[in-house]
Amino acid sequence: MTEQQQQQAPLAFLKGEAVLEKPEDLYIPPDALQVILESFEGPLDLLLYLIKRHKLDILELPILSITQQYVHYVEMMQDFQLELAGEYLVMAALLAQIKSRLLLPTHEEIEEEEDPRAELVRRLQEYEQFKQAAENLDKVPRVDRDIFIASALIEDVDDNADSLPDVELRELLLAMSEVMARAKKFEHHQISAETLSTRERMSKILQYLSENPNPVEFSVLFHIEEGRSGVVVTFIAMLELLKEQLISIVQVNLASAIYLSLKLQE
Amino acid sequence: MTRRVSDEQLVELVEAAIFVADKPLSKKHMKETVLQDISVSDRRLQQAIDTISEHYQTRGVKLVEVGTGYRFQACPSLSPWLNMLWQEKAPKYSRATLETLALIAYRQPITRGEIEQVRGVTVSSNIMKSLLERQWIKVVGHKEVPGKPALYATTKLFLDYFSLSGLDGLPKLPELQSEKLDQMLNDPSVREQSE
Repeated sequence: MTEQQQQQAPLAFLKGEAVLEKPEDLYIPPDALQVILESFEGPLDLLLYLIKRHKLDILELPILSITQQYVHYVEMMQDFQLELAGEYLVMAALLAQIKSRLLLPTHEEIEEEEDPRAELVRRLQEYEQFKQAAENLDKVPRVDRDIFIASALIEDVDDNADSLPDVELRELLLAMSEVMARAKKFEHHQISAETLSTRERMSKILQYLSENPNPVEFSVLFHIEEGRSGVVVTFIAMLELLKEQLISIVQVNLASAIYLSLKLQE
Repeated sequence: MTRRVSDEQLVELVEAAIFVADKPLSKKHMKETVLQDISVSDRRLQQAIDTISEHYQTRGVKLVEVGTGYRFQACPSLSPWLNMLWQEKAPKYSRATLETLALIAYRQPITRGEIEQVRGVTVSSNIMKSLLERQWIKVVGHKEVPGKPALYATTKLFLDYFSLSGLDGLPKLPELQSEKLDQMLNDPSVREQSE
């Protein structure tokens, strides 16, 4: 977008010389870029890479050209839809802020004004220091890669074979019963098909309620002879009906009888 | 009842104990176990260790002192060949892991926030978790700032792993060019020109 502008105005002054064009080696084939971008450990790492590409000293941080390249990379990262960590954008903002501060006229009277690049340079240096330290640490010989631990075995002496403790019959039986108990847990269960259908029970309850104009007491609907499963099916059927708003359930007082009735359709 | 042993017997016992123990063996641990009923002064024990160490100077195995004690290990120069004994290659560590570990090693005790400050990115929980699980790092306290963040430091097992007897055995931290930074700040000619 700013291709023409960039050629008119010098990119930056490096060691007093105006840089009019971006260095040739800035061009990176797009395919290679993706690989490169994924290998960066963060914005400081990317900045260091850009500085190294320029064969520059960190201390000569040319903010404008570095910012442009940095933003260029970040834009490309977005083009490739790489998941961009927020830190990259924060760094872009910081670079822009430093650039704008450099552009502002410096007041002679304010002696103590610090070079806005100083903090960034300090962080870059610190990061480079630990990046190098990490590489050095990787070279330190380590166990199972460079160092193999030597060991010797104690030979088992066989003459203590008779010192093994005797086993009592009771202990043996106890162990056996434990095994049996455990084996029981691996028995197969036959799961039979549901004999009582919830849908069917729902219909029955509805039918029963429609035949009785007055509310029906909760317990009437259960058939004890059906056993536990029958009770459960009936209860689930009631809940299902309630959920579908086909019946209403009322209880006048706490702990008084519960009544079911059809919900009146309008 | 304490027994007396000859120097030769002591050397044999210490050598065998270090070889047989499944972990590095410290002098203290030796005295509490294999040497518990033998009267040995610290000086004599050290002499025995020195004798063993000297004996192995010309062998493929060396006696070394690491974080938690003494152990025998193969000479690193032999590792390219020894490596062929195993099918699996030793794991490689990511740059993120190594940078995090380097910061903890050189800047301990350090909080996670301080690590992130230097690296410029968030430290993934997985990295901290795996370093803690490997027992290379541990929490040694909490910083007296809001949130009381945990302070991390390296462990003796970290030293064992890198075959170091102390942190001073780590490679020296590359130096910062702070004088040059000051020069830049004071010298207006180095300042970048605006357009």
